[in-house]
Amino acid sequence: MHARSNKVSSTPETRTIAVEVLRYQPGDATTPYVERFDVPFTDDMSVLQGLQHIKDRLDGSLTFRWSCRMAICGSCGMMIDGVPRLACHTFLRDFWPGPLRVEALAHFPIERDLVVDASDFIDKLPRIKPWLEPGVPLRVRAGEHLQTPAQLARYESFSHCINCLLCYAACPQYGLDNSFLGPGLTALLHRYNSDSRDAARAERMELVDSEEGVWGCTAVGYCSEVCPKHVDPANAVNQNKTASALSWLVRLLPGRA
Amino acid sequence: MAARRPYVRPMDGWWRRDRFFLKYMARELTAFFVVAYALVLLAGVIRLSQGRGAFEGWLDGLRSGWSVALHLVLLAVFLFHTYSWFSIMPKTMPPLVVSGHRVPAWAITAAGLACAVLASIALFVAFKGRPR
Amino acid sequence: MKRSSQPPFWLLFGAGGMLSALVGAMLVFLTGIAAPLGLFGAGTAFTYERAAAFAHQPLGKLAVAAVIALFLWHGAHRIYHTLHDFGVRLNAFTWLACYGVALAGTITAAVALAVV
Repeated sequence: MHARSNKVSSTPETRTIAVEVLRYQPGDATTPYVERFDVPFTDDMSVLQGLQHIKDRLDGSLTFRWSCRMAICGSCGMMIDGVPRLACHTFLRDFWPGPLRVEALAHFPIERDLVVDASDFIDKLPRIKPWLEPGVPLRVRAGEHLQTPAQLARYESFSHCINCLLCYAACPQYGLDNSFLGPGLTALLHRYNSDSRDAARAERMELVDSEEGVWGCTAVGYCSEVCPKHVDPANAVNQNKTASALSWLVRLLPGRA
Repeated sequence: MAARRPYVRPMDGWWRRDRFFLKYMARELTAFFVVAYALVLLAGVIRLSQGRGAFEGWLDGLRSGWSVALHLVLLAVFLFHTYSWFSIMPKTMPPLVVSGHRVPAWAITAAGLACAVLASIALFVAFKGRPR
Repeated sequence: MKRSSQPPFWLLFGAGGMLSALVGAMLVFLTGIAAPLGLFGAGTAFTYERAAAFAHQPLGKLAVAAVIALFLWHGAHRIYHTLHDFGVRLNAFTWLACYGVALAGTITAAVALAVV
């Protein structure tokens, strides 16, 4: 066997890490409380696998969302040692010996244990018109839209959003006032505004220009720091502040566009 | 099935919970110091409008130990403001593409800081004026 | 959907932020440290004669007014939003306390410079 130079141990050595989970059950008339579990783990295990171990072997009532286990579905977002992260994308070995604190995603109401009520986000989604509006009726026989690499580059990164809500957990302005549209939805809105195939920019800008739109943002920038897909929602929001302010200036001029 | 009773966590002290938020607050608090210096200059302009004696009194005030100490603090804060301003500036800009490549955020920040250095040198030279 | 009233204040905030980021530190150094302590010969440069001569020129008046006013509008906008971050309720009183000071300072600077 040749020697390997990676950091992770090549032998499946098992260690134990203390995981403190913020628990909450709506049925009991209690506030959230911390419960500690000692989780045996190997270096290749994610926090999600740690939670699955707890549910399978220690306490079957532990409730959390997950699906793909590979950072693409956006289901397993939670606060891991106070930072919004995907549980499947975060490794127990980095927090050993712990205690590792796991809590439901910040700035959303806790439904149960690590599950949050994300209905505010879901309800707002249609308001940004997250689809391509062609503007003129198109015929199939006219063929596909053509788009150059440069046109694609204008919106591509903003299309990578997996709706994991980590950016909402990072955004204190959303936490302080959830009428704010928020980073993820503004990034998605910007994705459509920047797509050469779309014609609904003016309608979306009405939302952008409002107090609930980009003007609720104070450029904290943490949303972009935590985004697992490098969408850069802070850029989407703040670029649109400039656009919104310039359109305000233009409106001062006599005449109509 | 139990009835739903979603629990809303309080936001008190949110900015103390993370180093990132503390840095953000430090950046925001620079505003108080920018206003403070503007008021110092405003006092100077008022004194200037009142004539030589008044203005020289303001200059004298600037020579006091307290004033110099305050300005040392103001200087540190303004330097932090310059750095944090150009750090956040790229976020407010649409993508800048030069010869087919997107200009990275750090390059925009560096360019901004360079402009600040040049502007500061120009101001220094202008302030000193021609040698007597 | 009602348009936010923030754009003009954000633009002033941006202008003031840019100006203070470019020349603020050097201004503080020259007027508050170098001139009072006589460093780099700045002490002999910062006199009533030179300040009055500068402020007599229209461009000089504009420059001084711009620095004072834009620094105040930058600070007012940021302070207003920072109060919200600290949990202070934003209402007409807090709005006036922040932007009112900027307006008062701008007017005072303009009047004083007009008289110089």
